[in-house]
Amino acid sequence: MLQTIFPYLCYLAVLLVLAVPLGRYIKKVMFGEKTFLSPLLGPCENFIYKLSGVCKEEQMDFKKYTASVLLFSGIGFVFLFLLQLLQGFLPGNPQGIGSPSWHLAFNTTASFVTNTNWQAYSGESTLSYLTQALGLTVQNFVSAATGIAVLFALIRGFNQVKEKHLGNFWVDLTRIVVHILLPLNLVLAVALAGGGVVQNFKGAESVTLLEPVAISAEGELLSGAVIDSKTNTVTINGTQVPGATVVTREFVPMGPAASQVAIKQTGTNGGGFFGVNSAHPLENPNAFTNLLEMTSILLIPVALCFTFGEAVKNKKQGFAIFMAMFLCLVVAIGCIAVSEQSGTVQLAQNGTVNLSAVGQAGGNMEGKECRFGIAGSSTWAAYTTAASNGSVNAMHDSFTPLGGMVTMLLMQLGEVIFGGVGCGLYGMLAFAILTVFIAGLMVGRTPEFLGKKIEPYEMKWSVLVCLATPVAILAGSGIAAIVPEVAQSLNNGGAHGFSEMLYAYSSAGGNNGSAFAGFNANTVFLNLSIGIVMLFARFLPIIGTLAIAGSLAQKKKIAVTAGTLSTTNGMFVFLLIFIVLLVGALSFFPALALGPLAEFFGSIA
Amino acid sequence: MKTMKNIFPRAALLFLAFTVLCGILYTGAVTGLAQLLFPHQANGSIIEVNGVKYGSALLGQQYTDDAHMWGRIMQLDVMTYRDENGEALLYAAPSNISPASEEYQALVAERTAKLRASNPQMADTPIPVDLVTSSGSGLDPHISPAAATYQIPRIAAATGRTEAEVAEIVSACSTGKFLGIFGEETVNVLRVNLMLDGILQPA
Repeated sequence: MLQTIFPYLCYLAVLLVLAVPLGRYIKKVMFGEKTFLSPLLGPCENFIYKLSGVCKEEQMDFKKYTASVLLFSGIGFVFLFLLQLLQGFLPGNPQGIGSPSWHLAFNTTASFVTNTNWQAYSGESTLSYLTQALGLTVQNFVSAATGIAVLFALIRGFNQVKEKHLGNFWVDLTRIVVHILLPLNLVLAVALAGGGVVQNFKGAESVTLLEPVAISAEGELLSGAVIDSKTNTVTINGTQVPGATVVTREFVPMGPAASQVAIKQTGTNGGGFFGVNSAHPLENPNAFTNLLEMTSILLIPVALCFTFGEAVKNKKQGFAIFMAMFLCLVVAIGCIAVSEQSGTVQLAQNGTVNLSAVGQAGGNMEGKECRFGIAGSSTWAAYTTAASNGSVNAMHDSFTPLGGMVTMLLMQLGEVIFGGVGCGLYGMLAFAILTVFIAGLMVGRTPEFLGKKIEPYEMKWSVLVCLATPVAILAGSGIAAIVPEVAQSLNNGGAHGFSEMLYAYSSAGGNNGSAFAGFNANTVFLNLSIGIVMLFARFLPIIGTLAIAGSLAQKKKIAVTAGTLSTTNGMFVFLLIFIVLLVGALSFFPALALGPLAEFFGSIA
Repeated sequence: MKTMKNIFPRAALLFLAFTVLCGILYTGAVTGLAQLLFPHQANGSIIEVNGVKYGSALLGQQYTDDAHMWGRIMQLDVMTYRDENGEALLYAAPSNISPASEEYQALVAERTAKLRASNPQMADTPIPVDLVTSSGSGLDPHISPAAATYQIPRIAAATGRTEAEVAEIVSACSTGKFLGIFGEETVNVLRVNLMLDGILQPA
């Protein structure tokens, strides 16, 4: 028993040991204090200000901060969209890949600008190296930085007294990229390359197959064929197949993967360099790279909880919010791990197949890699859906019904169990405001949070922030469910087919980006509708959070009295979890009953 | 509108600066360092013997010969990729099938029947799960020690080696857990087969 749990505990321990000091470092950077890297990076930061004409001292109010965020994202959107459409004519394309369709380019652009990284395409066959590096990698950096910047605007909202200013978006963005994301990812990317993740600008390789395979004249695989290696003739049951040819080489994709993989993990972006994401052996070759990549998923989101505590000068508050998230995460890992380790009766074949954990990982290995096993795959699945990362190292479509349901639920809760970098925490703070309001109603006091009175204006925006995800998911999947052509995109039948579609919209609405990947999402309707859901679920909460920040900044601080509801004790943690689950469970229970729950009960009947 | 006009030049210039910094300088720096420090790993971990590229140690291939060790179940893709001469290249994809469906039950039954027929020596041993499942990438280069052990008698019989000799090759191609904790113990199937064919020598 202990032996089974031990790796899970180690994964969590590594995460916490790294996240706590990083949290302190981020606080220093964002408050303009000196760090051990400032002598090196300070000049770079100032050089960027000089180059782009940013005045460091300028302060922005709510309107200007919001306009800057939206305009900056808009410019990124136009650039990435055009880059994809023109990639066929641009250099950095040794495979000679043409341009994607306009609707796929729209979807991919919306996906990367919103920090979602939903992928309706397969990287190795659809995008050139130039698009990956100049388009996607850049958005991975700046969309992550935008999320963290908005969080700091909110923090200033709590800290300021009777002020209008929320800081300077350009300064926030630059500090995050230069002092936090770049050094972290430079180290990580080189370590990943050392572990075996490819990093080059060469065209794809091809290598000799030990056992060639035969294909028909139409290019389809011939099963049961016998190949005569001397004459290169193909026979099936003794008769020669006319026009058949032999495939003797395997495709080995190349490209600048490690640099993009590092930032897609640390920036909670999640978009794989290759189609199968971090399950691909050239994107995540061994247990060492897996540990690095997996820890990177939650590193910054966890660190930001501690940053928050330090930044609002109330470490207990940061810890309380961390605990609420951490407890949910641990429960989720447990549920997924137990379900995956148990496997299914369909796989066990009455004991003919060995599912035990002796000499092997055992359990449900469909869609999982041997080098990661159940522990490495289950923990990753929980991390990636708790954070709105969306990278995968195992195929969630092939998870057991209950294991797959937990990953879906983590996204449907609004991506606040740590969530995306910055956006997870500001989402959770909106839930905290909701919680103090409801708790305030129960005890008959004016709700307040961190010394700021919570009034109807903040409440309205908080509700919008909290409900943006559920509304986007339910409206999106509801409409998709009545569009007949969507049924053709499903890879599995019955309840699991419904789950594939529900998962797609949950992933888009949570800005997560993972998928039940059998679902063929590259159609005009799905590309457009999923794209719109992603944009809505990203930018409405950003506007709401900044509106709350702008309003809070103008209020005075109220002194803590004996009558103040504590927001740092166990009771508050419990209430916060309760509210998050209440909103999520009530919104999604009917849909989950039709999908994974129906499949589960059907499979054991 | 006036604010927008003020903001636009800052936003555009800053975006340009980040595109150069994160898209070109960062990607270039990582590529340079990786190529300098880890040329083998950063170029696909390709196994080259006497000028022939015998696969990447990290990409699975399909083996059906009794004298070879078999890997994970693969969904081969021969339609998507071609080399510069237009010849079809082999690649593979995950199944994305639900492990709780009747369709899946039938598929696994077919796979177990095939394994049972090919490995009569192990008729009483339950089949290790990796051998009847496809992987997350579809290209998993590894199997578990249990799955390798299961095949040793068949390989020994087909190659004329003793079981001890085959077991020695398997252990030469095995990797333990990282720091003894993380990940799983694995056997690299391509390496085993290259040693069985005498192309690679056990170290």
